[in-house]
Amino acid sequence: MIALNSDRPLNDHAFAQFLQEEKLMGSRCTDCGALFVPPRALCVNCHRTSLEWAPMNGRGTLAAFTCIAIGPPAMVAQGFDRDHPYCSGVVELEEGPRAVARIEGVDAKRPETIVIGMPMEVVFLHADDGTPTVLAFKTTTSGR
Amino acid sequence: MSKKHKLSRGVAMVGAGMSPFGIFPDRDSKDLFTQAFNEMLASVDKGADPRDINALYLGNFTNDVFVQQSHWGAVLSDAIGLAPKPATRVEGACASSALAFREGVIAIAAGFYDVVLVGGVEDMSKQSTEKVAEGLALAASAYERHAGFTFPGVFGALATAYFHRYGATRDDLMNVTIKSHNNAPLNPKAQFQSSIKGVMASKSERAKAKGAPVPNWDDEKQFLADPRANPMIAWPLHLFDCSPISDGAACLLLVAEEIAGDFTDEPVYVAGLGQASGRGLHAAADLTSFEATRYAAKEAYDMAGLGPDDIQFAEVHDCFSIAELLHIEDLGFFDAGAGCKAVAEGATRLDGPKPINTSGGLKCKGHPVGATGTAQLIEVWEQLRGTAGARQVPGNNLRVGAAHNLGGTGGTCTFTILERR
Repeated sequence: MIALNSDRPLNDHAFAQFLQEEKLMGSRCTDCGALFVPPRALCVNCHRTSLEWAPMNGRGTLAAFTCIAIGPPAMVAQGFDRDHPYCSGVVELEEGPRAVARIEGVDAKRPETIVIGMPMEVVFLHADDGTPTVLAFKTTTSGR
Repeated sequence: MSKKHKLSRGVAMVGAGMSPFGIFPDRDSKDLFTQAFNEMLASVDKGADPRDINALYLGNFTNDVFVQQSHWGAVLSDAIGLAPKPATRVEGACASSALAFREGVIAIAAGFYDVVLVGGVEDMSKQSTEKVAEGLALAASAYERHAGFTFPGVFGALATAYFHRYGATRDDLMNVTIKSHNNAPLNPKAQFQSSIKGVMASKSERAKAKGAPVPNWDDEKQFLADPRANPMIAWPLHLFDCSPISDGAACLLLVAEEIAGDFTDEPVYVAGLGQASGRGLHAAADLTSFEATRYAAKEAYDMAGLGPDDIQFAEVHDCFSIAELLHIEDLGFFDAGAGCKAVAEGATRLDGPKPINTSGGLKCKGHPVGATGTAQLIEVWEQLRGTAGARQVPGNNLRVGAAHNLGGTGGTCTFTILERR
Protein backbone atom coordinates (compact mmCIF):
# COMPACT_ATOMS: atom_id res chain seq x y z
CA MET A 1 0.00 0.00 0.00
CA ILE A 2 1.31 3.37 -1.01
CA ALA A 3 1.40 5.89 1.80
CA LEU A 4 -0.88 8.83 1.01
CA ASN A 5 0.34 12.32 1.30
CA SER A 6 -2.91 14.18 1.57
CA ASP A 7 -1.16 17.51 1.92
CA ARG A 8 -0.26 17.68 -1.75
CA PRO A 9 -2.68 19.61 -3.91
CA LEU A 10 -4.63 17.55 -6.44
CA ASN A 11 -2.88 18.89 -9.53
CA ASP A 12 -0.57 17.94 -12.38
CA HIS A 13 2.51 19.08 -10.48
CA ALA A 14 1.85 16.67 -7.61
CA PHE A 15 0.95 13.90 -10.09
CA ALA A 16 4.37 14.38 -11.74
CA GLN A 17 6.06 14.45 -8.31
CA PHE A 18 4.44 11.11 -7.44
CA LEU A 19 5.63 9.65 -10.77
CA GLN A 20 9.16 10.66 -9.85
CA GLU A 21 8.63 8.73 -6.58
CA GLU A 22 7.39 5.77 -8.68
CA LYS A 23 3.79 6.07 -7.58
CA LEU A 24 0.83 6.21 -9.96
CA MET A 25 -1.77 8.29 -8.18
CA GLY A 26 -5.26 9.42 -9.02
CA SER A 27 -8.01 11.06 -7.08
CA ARG A 28 -11.33 9.70 -5.82
CA CYS A 29 -14.50 11.67 -5.16
CA THR A 30 -15.60 10.91 -1.61
CA ASP A 31 -19.18 11.85 -2.54
CA CYS A 32 -19.87 9.82 -5.69
CA GLY A 33 -16.83 7.53 -5.79
CA ALA A 34 -15.67 8.58 -9.26
CA LEU A 35 -11.99 7.92 -9.87
CA PHE A 36 -9.65 10.10 -11.95
CA VAL A 37 -6.15 9.51 -13.32
CA PRO A 38 -4.45 12.00 -13.50
CA PRO A 39 -6.10 13.52 -10.43
CA ARG A 40 -8.79 16.17 -10.61
CA ALA A 41 -9.59 18.60 -7.81
CA LEU A 42 -13.15 18.96 -9.02
CA CYS A 43 -15.32 15.92 -9.63
CA VAL A 44 -16.59 16.19 -13.23
CA ASN A 45 -19.19 13.55 -12.41
CA CYS A 46 -21.01 15.28 -9.51
CA HIS A 47 -19.24 18.68 -9.53
CA ARG A 48 -18.35 18.45 -5.85
CA THR A 49 -14.84 19.13 -4.57
CA SER A 50 -14.34 16.56 -1.82
CA LEU A 51 -11.67 14.47 -3.54
CA GLU A 52 -8.78 12.57 -2.03
CA TRP A 53 -5.63 10.97 -3.39
CA ALA A 54 -6.11 7.38 -4.54
CA PRO A 55 -3.17 5.05 -5.31
CA MET A 56 -3.42 2.82 -8.39
CA ASN A 57 -2.03 -0.70 -8.31
CA GLY A 58 -0.24 -0.13 -11.62
CA ARG A 59 -1.84 -3.01 -13.51
CA GLY A 60 -4.05 -2.82 -16.57
CA THR A 61 -4.55 -3.81 -20.19
CA LEU A 62 -3.63 -2.15 -23.46
CA ALA A 63 -6.65 -0.34 -24.93
CA ALA A 64 -5.03 1.42 -27.92
CA PHE A 65 -1.51 2.04 -29.19
CA THR A 66 0.61 3.50 -31.94
CA CYS A 67 4.22 3.13 -33.04
CA ILE A 68 5.64 6.52 -33.86
CA ALA A 69 8.32 6.89 -36.54
CA ILE A 70 8.25 10.69 -36.78
CA GLY A 71 8.45 11.99 -33.22
CA PRO A 72 8.70 15.43 -31.70
CA PRO A 73 12.18 16.96 -31.18
CA ALA A 74 12.35 15.69 -27.57
CA MET A 75 11.93 12.08 -28.71
CA VAL A 76 14.28 12.54 -31.67
CA ALA A 77 16.90 13.77 -29.17
CA GLN A 78 16.53 10.44 -27.37
CA GLY A 79 17.46 8.60 -30.56
CA PHE A 80 14.03 7.69 -31.90
CA ASP A 81 13.51 8.02 -35.64
CA ARG A 82 12.17 6.21 -38.73
CA ASP A 83 14.43 3.24 -38.07
CA HIS A 84 13.85 3.34 -34.31
CA PRO A 85 10.14 3.97 -33.67
CA TYR A 86 8.69 4.00 -30.17
CA CYS A 87 5.32 2.91 -28.86
CA SER A 88 2.78 5.09 -27.03
CA GLY A 89 -0.62 3.90 -25.94
CA VAL A 90 -3.69 4.01 -23.78
CA VAL A 91 -3.86 1.61 -20.83
CA GLU A 92 -7.06 0.72 -19.07
CA LEU A 93 -6.20 0.41 -15.40
CA GLU A 94 -7.66 -2.35 -13.24
CA GLU A 95 -9.37 0.33 -11.17
CA GLY A 96 -11.20 1.60 -14.28
CA PRO A 97 -9.64 4.87 -15.47
CA ARG A 98 -7.41 5.00 -18.54
CA ALA A 99 -3.92 6.44 -18.71
CA VAL A 100 -1.88 7.61 -21.69
CA ALA A 101 1.68 6.38 -21.45
CA ARG A 102 4.76 5.14 -23.25
CA ILE A 103 4.56 1.41 -23.90
CA GLU A 104 7.71 -0.61 -23.23
CA GLY A 105 8.65 -4.22 -23.80
CA VAL A 106 7.08 -4.35 -27.26
CA ASP A 107 8.72 -4.32 -30.69
CA ALA A 108 7.68 -0.97 -32.16
CA LYS A 109 9.20 -1.99 -35.49
CA ARG A 110 6.69 -4.84 -35.67
CA PRO A 111 3.38 -3.24 -34.65
CA GLU A 112 1.45 -6.27 -35.86
CA THR A 113 2.87 -8.17 -32.88
CA ILE A 114 1.33 -5.72 -30.39
CA VAL A 115 -2.14 -6.76 -29.33
CA ILE A 116 -4.93 -4.77 -27.74
CA GLY A 117 -5.88 -6.40 -24.44
CA MET A 118 -2.27 -7.29 -23.56
CA PRO A 119 -1.75 -7.20 -19.76
CA MET A 120 0.49 -4.34 -18.70
CA GLU A 121 2.18 -3.10 -15.56
CA VAL A 122 3.46 0.34 -14.72
CA VAL A 123 7.10 1.39 -15.07
CA PHE A 124 8.62 4.79 -14.57
CA LEU A 125 11.06 6.25 -17.09
CA HIS A 126 13.48 8.56 -15.32
CA ALA A 127 15.74 10.90 -17.28
CA ASP A 128 19.19 12.12 -16.29
CA ASP A 129 18.64 15.60 -17.66
CA GLY A 130 16.16 16.76 -15.05
CA THR A 131 13.11 16.37 -17.28
CA PRO A 132 10.04 14.90 -15.57
CA THR A 133 9.63 11.16 -15.08
CA VAL A 134 7.54 9.65 -17.86
CA LEU A 135 4.68 7.28 -17.11
CA ALA A 136 5.09 4.01 -18.97
CA PHE A 137 3.70 0.48 -18.98
CA LYS A 138 5.39 -2.73 -20.00
CA THR A 139 3.90 -6.02 -21.04
CA THR A 140 3.59 -8.73 -18.43
CA THR A 141 3.25 -12.41 -19.09
CA SER A 142 1.33 -13.33 -15.96
CA GLY A 143 -1.08 -10.41 -16.02
CA ARG A 144 -1.32 -10.44 -12.24
CA MET B 1 -30.85 20.65 -19.35
CA SER B 2 -30.38 21.19 -23.04
CA LYS B 3 -31.52 24.26 -24.90
CA LYS B 4 -32.53 24.24 -28.53
CA HIS B 5 -30.57 27.05 -30.12
CA LYS B 6 -31.91 29.35 -32.78
CA LEU B 7 -30.83 32.53 -34.51
CA SER B 8 -32.78 35.65 -33.56
CA ARG B 9 -32.45 36.69 -37.17
CA GLY B 10 -31.26 34.75 -40.15
CA VAL B 11 -27.69 34.90 -41.45
CA ALA B 12 -26.64 34.43 -45.06
CA MET B 13 -23.35 33.77 -46.79
CA VAL B 14 -22.99 36.06 -49.82
CA GLY B 15 -19.34 35.83 -50.83
CA ALA B 16 -16.31 33.57 -50.42
CA GLY B 17 -12.69 33.43 -51.48
CA MET B 18 -9.57 31.46 -50.75
CA SER B 19 -5.93 31.38 -51.72
CA PRO B 20 -4.62 28.18 -53.21
CA PHE B 21 -3.44 25.82 -50.47
CA GLY B 22 0.10 24.49 -50.64
CA ILE B 23 3.73 25.10 -49.74
CA PHE B 24 4.61 28.67 -50.65
CA PRO B 25 8.15 29.57 -49.51
CA ASP B 26 7.87 33.12 -50.87
CA ARG B 27 4.41 34.00 -49.56
CA ASP B 28 3.16 35.06 -46.13
CA SER B 29 -0.07 35.29 -44.17
CA LYS B 30 -0.79 38.85 -45.21
CA ASP B 31 -0.62 38.27 -48.92
CA LEU B 32 -2.41 34.92 -48.74
CA PHE B 33 -5.27 36.49 -46.77
CA THR B 34 -5.35 39.52 -49.06
CA GLN B 35 -5.72 37.21 -52.04
CA ALA B 36 -8.60 35.40 -50.31
CA PHE B 37 -10.21 38.74 -49.46
CA ASN B 38 -9.95 40.08 -53.02
CA GLU B 39 -11.39 36.87 -54.40
CA MET B 40 -14.22 37.06 -51.85
CA LEU B 41 -15.10 40.60 -52.96
CA ALA B 42 -15.07 39.53 -56.60
CA SER B 43 -17.38 36.61 -55.79
CA VAL B 44 -20.22 38.80 -54.49
CA ASP B 45 -22.72 38.74 -57.36
CA LYS B 46 -23.97 42.31 -56.94
CA GLY B 47 -20.74 43.64 -55.48
CA ALA B 48 -19.71 44.52 -51.94
CA ASP B 49 -18.11 47.65 -50.58
CA PRO B 50 -15.36 46.78 -48.11
CA ARG B 51 -16.30 49.89 -46.13
CA ASP B 52 -19.64 48.24 -45.27
CA ILE B 53 -17.92 45.45 -43.35
CA ASN B 54 -18.58 45.93 -39.62
CA ALA B 55 -16.01 43.55 -38.18
CA LEU B 56 -13.58 40.70 -38.80
CA TYR B 57 -13.44 37.41 -36.92
CA LEU B 58 -10.26 35.55 -37.78
CA GLY B 59 -9.18 32.01 -37.01
CA ASN B 60 -5.49 31.33 -36.54
CA PHE B 61 -3.84 28.63 -34.46
CA THR B 62 -0.05 28.65 -34.52
CA ASN B 63 1.36 31.61 -36.39
CA ASP B 64 2.76 32.82 -33.04
CA VAL B 65 5.03 29.78 -33.02
CA PHE B 66 5.61 29.25 -36.75
CA VAL B 67 6.28 32.82 -37.92
CA GLN B 68 6.90 34.55 -34.56
CA GLN B 69 4.05 37.01 -34.93
CA SER B 70 0.83 37.10 -32.95
CA HIS B 71 -2.13 39.51 -32.93
CA TRP B 72 -3.29 38.47 -36.39
CA GLY B 73 -6.72 40.06 -36.13
CA ALA B 74 -5.21 43.53 -36.10
CA VAL B 75 -2.41 42.69 -38.55
CA LEU B 76 -4.82 41.42 -41.20
CA SER B 77 -7.45 44.06 -40.52
CA ASP B 78 -4.77 46.56 -41.49
CA ALA B 79 -3.56 44.51 -44.47
CA ILE B 80 -7.00 44.48 -46.11
CA GLY B 81 -7.86 48.08 -45.27
CA LEU B 82 -10.50 47.20 -42.69
CA ALA B 83 -8.90 49.09 -39.78
CA PRO B 84 -10.17 50.80 -37.63
CA LYS B 85 -13.07 48.31 -37.73
CA PRO B 86 -12.84 45.75 -34.91
CA ALA B 87 -10.95 42.54 -35.55
CA THR B 88 -11.01 39.56 -33.20
CA ARG B 89 -8.76 36.54 -33.42
CA VAL B 90 -10.37 33.24 -32.43
CA GLU B 91 -8.34 30.18 -31.49
CA GLY B 92 -9.63 26.64 -31.28
CA ALA B 93 -6.66 24.70 -32.66
CA CYS B 94 -7.49 23.27 -36.11
CA ALA B 95 -11.12 24.36 -35.68
CA SER B 96 -10.17 28.04 -35.25
CA SER B 97 -11.91 29.46 -38.29
CA ALA B 98 -15.10 27.43 -37.84
CA LEU B 99 -15.25 29.15 -34.45
CA ALA B 100 -14.64 32.51 -36.14
CA PHE B 101 -17.55 31.74 -38.48
CA ARG B 102 -19.75 30.87 -35.53
CA GLU B 103 -18.86 34.09 -33.70
CA GLY B 104 -19.68 36.07 -36.84
CA VAL B 105 -23.04 34.35 -37.21
CA ILE B 106 -23.94 34.94 -33.57
CA ALA B 107 -22.95 38.63 -33.76
CA ILE B 108 -25.23 39.18 -36.77
CA ALA B 109 -28.05 37.11 -35.30
CA ALA B 110 -27.84 39.21 -32.14
CA GLY B 111 -28.36 42.33 -34.23
CA PHE B 112 -25.00 43.79 -33.23
CA TYR B 113 -23.55 43.72 -36.76
CA ASP B 114 -25.08 43.41 -40.24
CA VAL B 115 -22.01 42.59 -42.36
CA VAL B 116 -19.16 40.49 -40.99
CA LEU B 117 -16.02 39.09 -42.59
CA VAL B 118 -14.92 35.74 -41.19
CA GLY B 119 -11.85 33.82 -42.21
CA GLY B 120 -8.71 32.01 -41.28
CA VAL B 121 -5.06 31.84 -42.14
CA GLU B 122 -2.04 29.69 -41.38
CA ASP B 123 1.57 29.87 -42.51
CA MET B 124 3.19 26.55 -41.60
CA SER B 125 5.80 25.66 -44.19
CA LYS B 126 8.66 27.85 -42.94
CA GLN B 127 9.46 25.38 -40.14
CA SER B 128 10.87 21.87 -40.14
CA THR B 129 8.39 18.99 -40.01
CA GLU B 130 9.48 18.20 -36.45
CA LYS B 131 8.87 21.79 -35.37
CA VAL B 132 5.46 21.81 -37.03
CA ALA B 133 4.57 18.53 -35.31
CA GLU B 134 5.69 20.01 -31.99
CA GLY B 135 3.75 23.25 -32.56
CA LEU B 136 0.55 21.46 -33.53
CA ALA B 137 0.89 19.13 -30.55
CA LEU B 138 0.46 22.18 -28.32
CA ALA B 139 -3.25 21.55 -28.88
CA ALA B 140 -3.04 18.01 -27.49
CA SER B 141 -3.20 17.42 -23.76
CA ALA B 142 0.03 17.66 -21.78
CA TYR B 143 -0.46 14.04 -20.71
CA GLU B 144 -0.44 12.97 -24.36
CA ARG B 145 2.69 14.98 -25.11
CA HIS B 146 4.51 13.52 -22.10
CA ALA B 147 3.66 10.05 -23.36
CA GLY B 148 5.37 10.90 -26.67
CA PHE B 149 2.15 11.26 -28.65
CA THR B 150 2.12 13.32 -31.83
CA PHE B 151 -1.13 14.11 -33.64
CA PRO B 152 -0.63 11.23 -36.06
CA GLY B 153 0.13 9.17 -32.95
CA VAL B 154 -3.16 10.01 -31.26
CA PHE B 155 -5.15 9.20 -34.41
CA GLY B 156 -3.04 6.08 -34.94
CA ALA B 157 -4.04 4.91 -31.47
CA LEU B 158 -7.69 5.60 -32.23
CA ALA B 159 -7.27 3.58 -35.42
CA THR B 160 -5.97 0.54 -33.50
CA ALA B 161 -8.98 0.78 -31.18
CA TYR B 162 -11.30 1.03 -34.22
CA PHE B 163 -9.59 -1.91 -35.94
CA HIS B 164 -9.86 -4.01 -32.79
CA ARG B 165 -13.52 -3.20 -32.20
CA TYR B 166 -14.85 -3.46 -35.74
CA GLY B 167 -12.38 -5.76 -37.49
CA ALA B 168 -11.27 -3.01 -39.87
CA THR B 169 -7.78 -3.02 -41.41
CA ARG B 170 -5.37 -0.72 -43.22
CA ASP B 171 -7.27 -1.67 -46.37
CA ASP B 172 -10.23 0.36 -45.07
CA LEU B 173 -8.01 3.39 -44.50
CA MET B 174 -6.65 3.05 -48.04
CA ASN B 175 -10.18 3.30 -49.43
CA VAL B 176 -10.55 6.72 -47.79
CA THR B 177 -7.22 7.93 -49.18
CA ILE B 178 -7.93 6.69 -52.71
CA LYS B 179 -11.36 8.35 -52.69
CA SER B 180 -9.99 11.71 -51.50
CA HIS B 181 -7.19 11.62 -54.07
CA ASN B 182 -9.71 10.96 -56.83
CA ASN B 183 -11.42 14.28 -55.98
CA ALA B 184 -8.17 16.26 -55.71
CA PRO B 185 -7.39 16.80 -59.42
CA LEU B 186 -10.86 18.35 -59.78
CA ASN B 187 -10.04 21.15 -57.33
CA PRO B 188 -7.71 23.81 -58.76
CA LYS B 189 -7.05 25.19 -55.23
CA ALA B 190 -5.92 21.82 -53.86
CA GLN B 191 -2.35 21.23 -52.70
CA PHE B 192 -2.22 17.80 -54.33
CA GLN B 193 -3.48 17.58 -57.90
CA SER B 194 -3.08 13.90 -58.46
CA SER B 195 -5.02 10.68 -57.95
CA ILE B 196 -3.10 7.79 -56.36
CA LYS B 197 -2.83 6.28 -59.85
CA GLY B 198 -1.35 9.59 -60.99
CA VAL B 199 1.16 9.52 -58.13
CA MET B 200 2.14 5.97 -59.11
CA ALA B 201 2.62 6.95 -62.75
CA SER B 202 4.79 9.95 -61.92
CA LYS B 203 6.95 7.91 -59.53
CA SER B 204 7.46 5.30 -62.24
CA GLU B 205 8.33 7.96 -64.80
CA ARG B 206 10.83 9.58 -62.45
CA ALA B 207 12.49 6.22 -61.81
CA LYS B 208 12.66 5.58 -65.57
CA ALA B 209 14.19 9.00 -66.22
CA LYS B 210 16.86 8.38 -63.59
CA GLY B 211 17.59 4.93 -64.96
CA ALA B 212 16.57 3.43 -61.61
CA PRO B 213 14.57 0.21 -61.34
CA VAL B 214 10.97 1.05 -62.26
CA PRO B 215 8.58 0.08 -59.48
CA ASN B 216 5.79 -2.20 -60.56
CA TRP B 217 2.64 -1.88 -58.50
CA ASP B 218 -0.45 -3.82 -59.63
CA ASP B 219 -2.89 -1.33 -58.18
CA GLU B 220 -3.32 1.57 -55.75
CA LYS B 221 -3.46 -0.65 -52.70
CA GLN B 222 -0.23 -2.40 -53.58
CA PHE B 223 1.36 1.04 -53.90
CA LEU B 224 -0.04 2.15 -50.53
CA ALA B 225 1.17 -1.10 -48.92
CA ASP B 226 4.73 -0.51 -50.20
CA PRO B 227 6.72 0.94 -47.27
CA ARG B 228 9.17 2.66 -49.64
CA ALA B 229 6.34 4.50 -51.38
CA ASN B 230 4.20 4.99 -48.28
CA PRO B 231 6.34 4.93 -45.12
CA MET B 232 4.93 4.53 -41.61
CA ILE B 233 4.35 7.75 -39.66
CA ALA B 234 2.48 6.45 -36.61
CA TRP B 235 1.11 2.93 -36.85
CA PRO B 236 -1.22 2.11 -38.50
CA LEU B 237 -1.04 5.49 -40.21
CA HIS B 238 1.34 5.96 -43.11
CA LEU B 239 2.28 9.03 -45.14
CA PHE B 240 -0.79 8.82 -47.39
CA ASP B 241 -3.09 8.62 -44.35
CA CYS B 242 -1.97 12.08 -43.21
CA SER B 243 -2.95 15.59 -44.25
CA PRO B 244 0.02 17.72 -45.29
CA ILE B 245 1.69 20.82 -43.89
CA SER B 246 0.16 23.76 -45.77
CA ASP B 247 0.02 27.51 -46.15
CA GLY B 248 -3.24 29.18 -47.05
CA ALA B 249 -6.05 31.57 -46.26
CA ALA B 250 -9.81 31.62 -46.73
CA CYS B 251 -12.58 34.06 -45.92
CA LEU B 252 -16.26 34.60 -46.49
CA LEU B 253 -18.82 37.34 -46.10
CA LEU B 254 -21.80 36.97 -43.76
CA VAL B 255 -24.75 39.34 -43.78
CA ALA B 256 -28.12 39.63 -42.09
CA GLU B 257 -30.81 37.72 -43.97
CA GLU B 258 -32.90 40.80 -44.69
CA ILE B 259 -30.12 42.50 -46.65
CA ALA B 260 -28.80 39.37 -48.40
CA GLY B 261 -30.68 40.36 -51.56
CA ASP B 262 -28.55 43.49 -51.84
CA PHE B 263 -25.53 41.25 -52.42
CA THR B 264 -26.81 38.26 -54.35
CA ASP B 265 -29.94 36.50 -55.54
CA GLU B 266 -28.41 33.17 -54.51
CA PRO B 267 -27.36 33.40 -50.87
CA VAL B 268 -26.63 30.35 -48.80
CA TYR B 269 -28.21 30.35 -45.36
CA VAL B 270 -26.98 29.15 -41.99
CA ALA B 271 -29.41 26.41 -40.95
CA GLY B 272 -27.64 24.73 -38.06
CA LEU B 273 -24.70 25.53 -35.80
CA GLY B 274 -23.12 23.10 -33.38
CA GLN B 275 -20.02 23.36 -31.25
CA ALA B 276 -18.75 21.18 -28.45
CA SER B 277 -15.72 20.51 -26.30
CA GLY B 278 -14.08 17.15 -25.73
CA ARG B 279 -11.60 15.46 -23.43
CA GLY B 280 -8.17 13.95 -24.01
CA LEU B 281 -7.53 10.33 -24.90
CA HIS B 282 -7.22 9.30 -21.26
CA ALA B 283 -10.65 10.68 -20.35
CA ALA B 284 -12.56 9.82 -23.54
CA ALA B 285 -15.52 7.59 -22.84
CA ASP B 286 -15.06 5.79 -26.16
CA LEU B 287 -11.86 5.45 -28.18
CA THR B 288 -13.74 4.94 -31.46
CA SER B 289 -15.86 8.09 -31.32
CA PHE B 290 -15.52 11.81 -30.62
CA GLU B 291 -18.04 12.83 -27.98
CA ALA B 292 -17.69 16.49 -29.06
CA THR B 293 -18.58 15.67 -32.67
CA ARG B 294 -21.72 13.84 -31.59
CA TYR B 295 -22.73 16.69 -29.29
CA ALA B 296 -22.07 19.39 -31.92
CA ALA B 297 -23.94 17.39 -34.55
CA LYS B 298 -27.01 16.97 -32.36
CA GLU B 299 -27.02 20.69 -31.60
CA ALA B 300 -26.86 21.58 -35.30
CA TYR B 301 -29.43 18.97 -36.37
CA ASP B 302 -31.87 20.12 -33.66
CA MET B 303 -31.43 23.77 -34.61
CA ALA B 304 -31.96 23.03 -38.31
CA GLY B 305 -34.78 20.56 -37.73
CA LEU B 306 -32.86 18.16 -39.93
CA GLY B 307 -31.21 14.79 -39.51
CA PRO B 308 -28.18 13.00 -40.98
CA ASP B 309 -30.17 11.70 -43.96
CA ASP B 310 -31.04 15.28 -44.96
CA ILE B 311 -27.38 16.23 -45.38
CA GLN B 312 -26.76 15.66 -49.10
CA PHE B 313 -22.96 16.00 -48.93
CA ALA B 314 -20.41 17.08 -46.35
CA GLU B 315 -16.87 18.18 -45.71
CA VAL B 316 -15.49 16.41 -42.64
CA HIS B 317 -12.21 16.95 -40.80
CA ASP B 318 -10.05 14.20 -42.35
CA CYS B 319 -6.75 15.28 -40.79
CA PHE B 320 -6.06 11.54 -40.99
CA SER B 321 -7.84 8.81 -42.96
CA ILE B 322 -9.14 7.17 -39.78
CA ALA B 323 -10.65 10.50 -38.73
CA GLU B 324 -12.93 10.50 -41.77
CA LEU B 325 -14.28 7.07 -40.79
CA LEU B 326 -14.88 8.16 -37.19
CA HIS B 327 -16.61 11.39 -38.26
CA ILE B 328 -19.00 9.93 -40.85
CA GLU B 329 -20.17 7.58 -38.10
CA ASP B 330 -20.31 10.21 -35.33
CA LEU B 331 -22.28 12.54 -37.60
CA GLY B 332 -24.86 9.79 -38.09
CA PHE B 333 -24.28 9.29 -41.82
CA PHE B 334 -23.47 5.65 -41.14
CA ASP B 335 -23.86 3.38 -38.11
CA ALA B 336 -20.92 2.93 -35.74
CA GLY B 337 -18.50 0.50 -37.37
CA ALA B 338 -20.30 0.66 -40.73
CA GLY B 339 -18.38 3.62 -42.15
CA CYS B 340 -15.57 1.49 -43.53
CA LYS B 341 -17.98 -0.75 -45.45
CA ALA B 342 -19.83 2.29 -46.84
CA VAL B 343 -16.57 3.83 -48.06
CA ALA B 344 -15.49 0.49 -49.61
CA GLU B 345 -18.79 0.36 -51.51
CA GLY B 346 -18.28 3.87 -52.88
CA ALA B 347 -21.00 5.59 -50.85
CA THR B 348 -18.80 8.62 -50.15
CA ARG B 349 -17.46 9.10 -53.68
CA LEU B 350 -18.31 12.22 -55.64
CA ASP B 351 -20.97 10.23 -57.52
CA GLY B 352 -22.08 8.23 -54.48
CA PRO B 353 -25.21 8.72 -52.37
CA LYS B 354 -23.30 10.67 -49.66
CA PRO B 355 -20.32 12.50 -51.17
CA ILE B 356 -17.72 13.27 -48.49
CA ASN B 357 -14.88 15.75 -48.92
CA THR B 358 -15.59 16.65 -52.53
CA SER B 359 -12.82 19.25 -52.19
CA GLY B 360 -10.25 16.48 -51.73
CA GLY B 361 -10.51 16.98 -47.99
CA LEU B 362 -7.71 18.08 -45.71
CA LYS B 363 -5.70 15.17 -47.09
CA CYS B 364 -5.51 16.56 -50.63
CA LYS B 365 -6.82 20.12 -50.57
CA GLY B 366 -4.29 20.87 -47.82
CA HIS B 367 -4.62 21.77 -44.15
CA PRO B 368 -3.42 25.26 -43.25
CA VAL B 369 -4.98 24.64 -39.87
CA GLY B 370 -6.49 28.05 -39.08
CA ALA B 371 -7.96 28.39 -42.59
CA THR B 372 -9.43 24.90 -42.81
CA GLY B 373 -12.80 25.53 -41.13
CA THR B 374 -13.63 28.42 -43.44
CA ALA B 375 -12.35 26.59 -46.51
CA GLN B 376 -14.66 23.66 -45.72
CA LEU B 377 -17.63 26.03 -45.59
CA ILE B 378 -16.53 27.58 -48.89
CA GLU B 379 -16.65 24.14 -50.50
CA VAL B 380 -20.20 23.66 -49.22
CA TRP B 381 -21.13 27.14 -50.52
CA GLU B 382 -19.73 26.36 -53.98
CA GLN B 383 -21.49 23.02 -54.18
CA LEU B 384 -24.82 24.53 -53.09
CA ARG B 385 -24.50 27.33 -55.65
CA GLY B 386 -23.48 24.92 -58.40
CA THR B 387 -20.12 26.58 -58.97
CA ALA B 388 -17.83 23.69 -57.97
CA GLY B 389 -16.83 23.03 -61.57
CA ALA B 390 -15.43 19.59 -62.35
CA ARG B 391 -16.09 18.36 -58.83
CA GLN B 392 -19.72 19.51 -58.73
CA VAL B 393 -21.86 16.87 -57.04
CA PRO B 394 -24.04 15.42 -59.83
CA GLY B 395 -27.72 16.34 -59.98
CA ASN B 396 -29.23 19.79 -59.70
CA ASN B 397 -31.21 19.47 -56.51
CA LEU B 398 -28.55 20.26 -53.92
CA ARG B 399 -30.14 22.15 -51.06
CA VAL B 400 -28.39 21.08 -47.83
CA GLY B 401 -24.70 20.54 -47.12
CA ALA B 402 -22.59 20.56 -43.98
CA ALA B 403 -19.06 20.97 -42.67
CA HIS B 404 -17.45 19.32 -39.66
CA ASN B 405 -14.29 20.87 -38.21
CA LEU B 406 -12.21 19.37 -35.40
CA GLY B 407 -9.52 20.90 -33.21
CA GLY B 408 -6.82 19.16 -31.24
CA THR B 409 -7.56 15.58 -30.37
CA GLY B 410 -11.28 16.28 -30.42
CA GLY B 411 -11.09 19.08 -27.85
CA THR B 412 -13.12 21.36 -30.11
CA CYS B 413 -15.62 20.17 -32.71
CA THR B 414 -18.07 22.11 -34.85
CA PHE B 415 -20.82 21.05 -37.22
CA THR B 416 -22.36 23.66 -39.48
CA ILE B 417 -25.34 23.04 -41.76
CA LEU B 418 -25.83 25.36 -44.73
CA GLU B 419 -28.88 25.46 -46.99
CA ARG B 420 -30.10 26.99 -50.19
CA ARG B 421 -33.74 28.01 -50.16
